[in-house]
Amino acid sequence: MEKLRLGVLALIVINKAGGLIYNRTFGEGLNQLNTNDYLVLAGTFHGVHAITARLNPFKGQQYQQHTLSSTGETILSRPEPPSGLEVMESENFRLQCFNTLTGIKFLLFTDTMQANVDVAMRKVYDLYSDYVMKNPFYQLEMPVRCETFDRKLNSYIREINNSR
Amino acid sequence: MSNMQPSKGSGKEQPGLRYPTNGKTIYHRPLNRTKTAELSGASFAYLFAEMVSYASKRIESIQDLEKRLNVQGHPIGLKLLDLLLYREPARSQTRPLNIIALLHFIKLNVWQHLFGAAADGLEKSSDPAKPDEYMIIDNEPLVNRYVSVPRDMSQLNCAAYVAGIIEGVCDGAAFPARVTAHSVGRQEDGGASGAPAEMWPGRTVFLVKFAPEVMEREGYLGKG
Repeated sequence: MEKLRLGVLALIVINKAGGLIYNRTFGEGLNQLNTNDYLVLAGTFHGVHAITARLNPFKGQQYQQHTLSSTGETILSRPEPPSGLEVMESENFRLQCFNTLTGIKFLLFTDTMQANVDVAMRKVYDLYSDYVMKNPFYQLEMPVRCETFDRKLNSYIREINNSR
Repeated sequence: MSNMQPSKGSGKEQPGLRYPTNGKTIYHRPLNRTKTAELSGASFAYLFAEMVSYASKRIESIQDLEKRLNVQGHPIGLKLLDLLLYREPARSQTRPLNIIALLHFIKLNVWQHLFGAAADGLEKSSDPAKPDEYMIIDNEPLVNRYVSVPRDMSQLNCAAYVAGIIEGVCDGAAFPARVTAHSVGRQEDGGASGAPAEMWPGRTVFLVKFAPEVMEREGYLGKG
């Protein structure tokens, strides 16, 4: 029987137009997709995410939740924008999606038992904003080819994968 | 400093600027008076990223880009030399008079002021044919912390900006020199002093090449 893969398995970053800008797998023995499949996966996920963000059974009640009735005034505040798909779990993996305020999506694939995915996601976002956004040679919306980002990401993921 | 007074009004006072009683002027401490007197690393990183992309507009070659970064750093070095010497205690306020003193000043004082730590190494070129070359080594230059150089520009090292600052200090101290920045982190032998290359992928050597007249003067000084 094949050894069970543990920890963080893969990271995919999708830009706000649905294009794949970064993908990386961690650990050996994972099935590899070809580049075209990755692009299709990113585009499809982007579409599905947009649909899930529109699925909202409480649309009519959204504004009422933010109405203050104690003073008689009605204050309409803007409701939180729907976040769309956040977590998807299957038998073999767990997918966590983090959508930044600028519309970039980070998809972290982990095994189903992985704890503290939020923390890992936060750190990945930190690394992205440090080593990609502060790099003078990175062009927005384009594929990420930053050596320091690769290096820091690899060492961080190795650290959390080895700690289990 | 703004209350300059004509000296004839008061007979006792010295003519010229008045100094605070403790002898400290605004030049003696940073304008930023917070405890650590440090600046935000993130804002510097963004500023530096803009400086690099500004310098890389319409360039002919990588050398062109490095030259522009060098030129941006040069005036900082010139002014920094004056400022840092002024902050020294009065006894040691003279500018460095020989190459070793100058390089030590750069390695310790300038680096401490700019980056909060001394440089990681100072070496003389081991090649006997090049006695005018010295190397200042930084394992991880602050300016390069967030910079990933694309593969097609692999000779580029953005620490050319720091090289410009060093060049400014040397020029200001009347030791005209050419300073260039070179990445050595990726070399197999791990650079000049044999440190593991794996550990410091951003290791940078600042090659200081003094002008012939400096070497000539240094030769006379050594004899006398």
